[in-house]
Amino acid sequence: MTEALFKEYEKLLPKRIIEDIKEALPKGTGAAKVKKVLELALEEYLQSKVDPGESVGLISAESIGEPSTQMTLNTFHFAGVAEMNVTTGLPRIIEILDGRKDLKTPMMEIHLKSPFNKGKDIRIIAESIKETTLKEVIDEISINIAESTIELTLLAEKLKVLKLTPAQIIKVLEKSLKGYAVRQSDDRILMKAKGKEDNLNEIYKSKEKIKDIYIKGVKGISHVLPVKRDEEFVIITAGSNLKDILTLEYVDDKTTSTNNIHEIASVLGVEAARQSIINEVFRVIENQGLNVDVRHIMLVADTMCVNGTVKGITRYGVVSEKSSVLARASFETSIKHIINASLVGEVDELTSVVENVMLNQPIPVGTGLPGLVTKVKR
Amino acid sequence: MSEVFLNGKFVGTADDHKAFIEQVKGERRKGKLSSNLNVMYDEKVDSIAIEVSKGRARRPLIVVKEGKSLLTEKHVQQIEKGELSWQDLIDQGLIEYLDAAEEENAYVAFFEPDLTKDHTHLEITPLDMVGLCTSLVPFGNYNTAPKLNTGSKNQKQALGMYAINYGIRMDMDINILHTPQRPVVASYMHDVMEYDKHPAGQNIVVAIMSYKGYNMEDSIVINKGSIDRGFGRSTYFRPAVAEELRYSGGLMDNICVPDKDVKGYKSERDYRFLEGDGIIAPEMKVAEGDVIIGKTSPPRFLSSLDEYNIASSARKESSVSMKHGEEGVIDFVLITENEEGNKLVQVRIRDQRVPEIGDKFTSRHGQKGVVGLIVPHADMPFSASGIVPDLLFSPHGIPSRMTMAHLIELVGGKVGALGGRYIDGTLFNSENEEDIRKELASFGFRENGTETMYDGVTGEQFDAKIFVGTMYYLKLKHMVANKIHSRARGPIQLLTRQPTEGRAKEGGLRLGEMEKDTFVAHGTSLLLKERFDADRTILPICEECGTIAIHDDFKNRYFCQTCGDAVEISNIEMSYAFKLLLDELKSMAIYPKLSLKNKY
Repeated sequence: MTEALFKEYEKLLPKRIIEDIKEALPKGTGAAKVKKVLELALEEYLQSKVDPGESVGLISAESIGEPSTQMTLNTFHFAGVAEMNVTTGLPRIIEILDGRKDLKTPMMEIHLKSPFNKGKDIRIIAESIKETTLKEVIDEISINIAESTIELTLLAEKLKVLKLTPAQIIKVLEKSLKGYAVRQSDDRILMKAKGKEDNLNEIYKSKEKIKDIYIKGVKGISHVLPVKRDEEFVIITAGSNLKDILTLEYVDDKTTSTNNIHEIASVLGVEAARQSIINEVFRVIENQGLNVDVRHIMLVADTMCVNGTVKGITRYGVVSEKSSVLARASFETSIKHIINASLVGEVDELTSVVENVMLNQPIPVGTGLPGLVTKVKR
Repeated sequence: MSEVFLNGKFVGTADDHKAFIEQVKGERRKGKLSSNLNVMYDEKVDSIAIEVSKGRARRPLIVVKEGKSLLTEKHVQQIEKGELSWQDLIDQGLIEYLDAAEEENAYVAFFEPDLTKDHTHLEITPLDMVGLCTSLVPFGNYNTAPKLNTGSKNQKQALGMYAINYGIRMDMDINILHTPQRPVVASYMHDVMEYDKHPAGQNIVVAIMSYKGYNMEDSIVINKGSIDRGFGRSTYFRPAVAEELRYSGGLMDNICVPDKDVKGYKSERDYRFLEGDGIIAPEMKVAEGDVIIGKTSPPRFLSSLDEYNIASSARKESSVSMKHGEEGVIDFVLITENEEGNKLVQVRIRDQRVPEIGDKFTSRHGQKGVVGLIVPHADMPFSASGIVPDLLFSPHGIPSRMTMAHLIELVGGKVGALGGRYIDGTLFNSENEEDIRKELASFGFRENGTETMYDGVTGEQFDAKIFVGTMYYLKLKHMVANKIHSRARGPIQLLTRQPTEGRAKEGGLRLGEMEKDTFVAHGTSLLLKERFDADRTILPICEECGTIAIHDDFKNRYFCQTCGDAVEISNIEMSYAFKLLLDELKSMAIYPKLSLKNKY
């Protein structure tokens, strides 16, 4: 009996709501009562739907814009770790909504698979993720002009921590820099230029170049910080490289995340990027102690991701997609848009708000949307 | 070995910097070196900087030797007798001026009893660390720094007696307070600067209480009776100036009653106050639009002389008249000549300003507020002894701002008024608060300044005891009469046909971008359109080529300049600003074609 009722309402109400009602109702509720509940639920549902012609975008813009004027410019500092802070507040929101590719503070939160997240050897795991360049393991680098060689003095202690041997470093050097014969002598590495001699300029350039040679770890991860979250250990990093991190066998690829939305879009797809925009923006707003309905943020995230790539709310991003010339011209670089439109003979259909405000026509929103249709006697 | 720099230039080295500096200072105090010289030793870079250049801010301090001030009681007595002058003290090395650099090496004591062996200087008085205006804040050291600062800034905007010869001066935008008083709670600096010769406020009775919400958010409630008795009454003076300018070709302006055939002649009524010489008579009551000085000017371009119209004079009207919303009485007329020998007429307009809702008042502690309500004397609260406050100040202005001096002044003023004496509120050297309270108690009042008060309307006693006292209040020069502005219809700009901007031009209040957004968000599409209708125009549009067509008013027919009159032409409503945009696009060789279609 009640099953039939639920079936009937399945066309009218979203599945999720019907399931919620099913769960909430006590067992053996009478059909009449169930019907009443469903009727009320339907009424409530219809009432909370957005009306046709509601300016949802503008309301979202105002709902996010107004509280963000109260945000502070403070950055959040990691206690105890020097120079590791995160952009939050308005700068971060601007960064996300602009769809910037280079973040001020790229960051990852790496969750680990079961045996590894218990805290054993967490420092070693963390340290192995961190990107190490040559300059971090050498004490001194100099050029021997007479021999036309580059001489590196290694930091033995540092090597021990990183579980590296001089032989490994020599291998890396040979691989990444052609034209040098690399050999070890005591705790030093000597690099002799093959072929052309006396080309000091070249040698000097090489010397500067090898300083930044990648030796170990994941590229782009400049700091690591193991943190205990509830019962689990996670690694927070400065710098982000989602693609490479996910390939590591001990990393839990379901919960590991980054704050770089473009990286998520390219590794996990737009849907993930959309969710990540929502999460990131919402987190910032929540951290500031402000209250914005998620649906406003969801709308913004949807707009940014509609056509499959992440686009910022800038004149190069979402705004450039507007169909109206006048609307585009009214937002930054007017002349560029007008001239380009005139070159191809673009037509403005006056379908959106800004153009109609400019022409002093009723805007097609709210009361301006419906038209009156009557039959005219001929 | 220290490096020595003179005015920033390296001049040599000194083996023992201590001895070197002592020697330089000694010579300066003896008068062998200029008293303008300052010397500083920088420990970090081990260098000595000697400065005699100009542009350094310096301040005088008493020299201290072995923990003893060089300036003794004997010197003070000699100064009092007039035997010693300031310059003598400097010449004798008792007082010296330090610049910012030398202060770094000095250890200055605040008061004489604080002196120790390490001290090098003694402050003449702690008062000299603030400027003149700040020293006029009584009990200023009890205030927070920001409020002391605003308090000192506010005093510069107060109305008072700025110059006694104001009657023969022609200053722009000047206010004179009618019955200024010297403050009961004053400071040492009030005497020094002879504040009683140009006071800028009045001592009034202030009660700290709310009044039906009319003094919330920093507004104040004023007693109507106090206003009638002259509280805050002031006069506003503004000159109107006209000059007979000379132009090329022997032409010149003419100050006179303009002829009726002058271009731009206003109306006979507007010129009614002008006397035979074209200037208004003193003591005339004038209002908006009335001409004060009649003047005509020669035509702007000689070529514009209308050859065919002999009867009309080519001169144009250029009188000086009262501005929009302005009124007053003609105070004073001055006819003179300027440097170039042109006739110069200045007319001063006077306007009495009685305090009204919106006028700004302040105490001397940055507690400024705007009048929120003027209450009849009968409805004001009153104390048991029958005292009715002149002003009600909201208690919410106190906790967050922490202007303790405001409260102390209130008690001090009360004691001063009861005891018939002036209270000394000099910064860091004021009378003791406790003594003031004791004195207040001796007059039979509660020592904390509160009193039992009664509601003026119902006569009921208030549950709370109200903090009342006397304090010095200032009327600030920001008065609503100079700022009030509204518009329904009015002048528009020539170019855009949109309303003008600003009060002086009777402009409109802009409904800006974000305000527009609220209409959009609310979905009131047609209301938004109506709001932006100020520059709407109806233009004939050729449906063939989509450009603006022409309406021939004589023959009442429409035609298009490119397509002729055999085309469909429709009248379209749009904003004039958009028509301008179309014109601008055309001017840069872009063809904006309007394609019309039925909306429904």
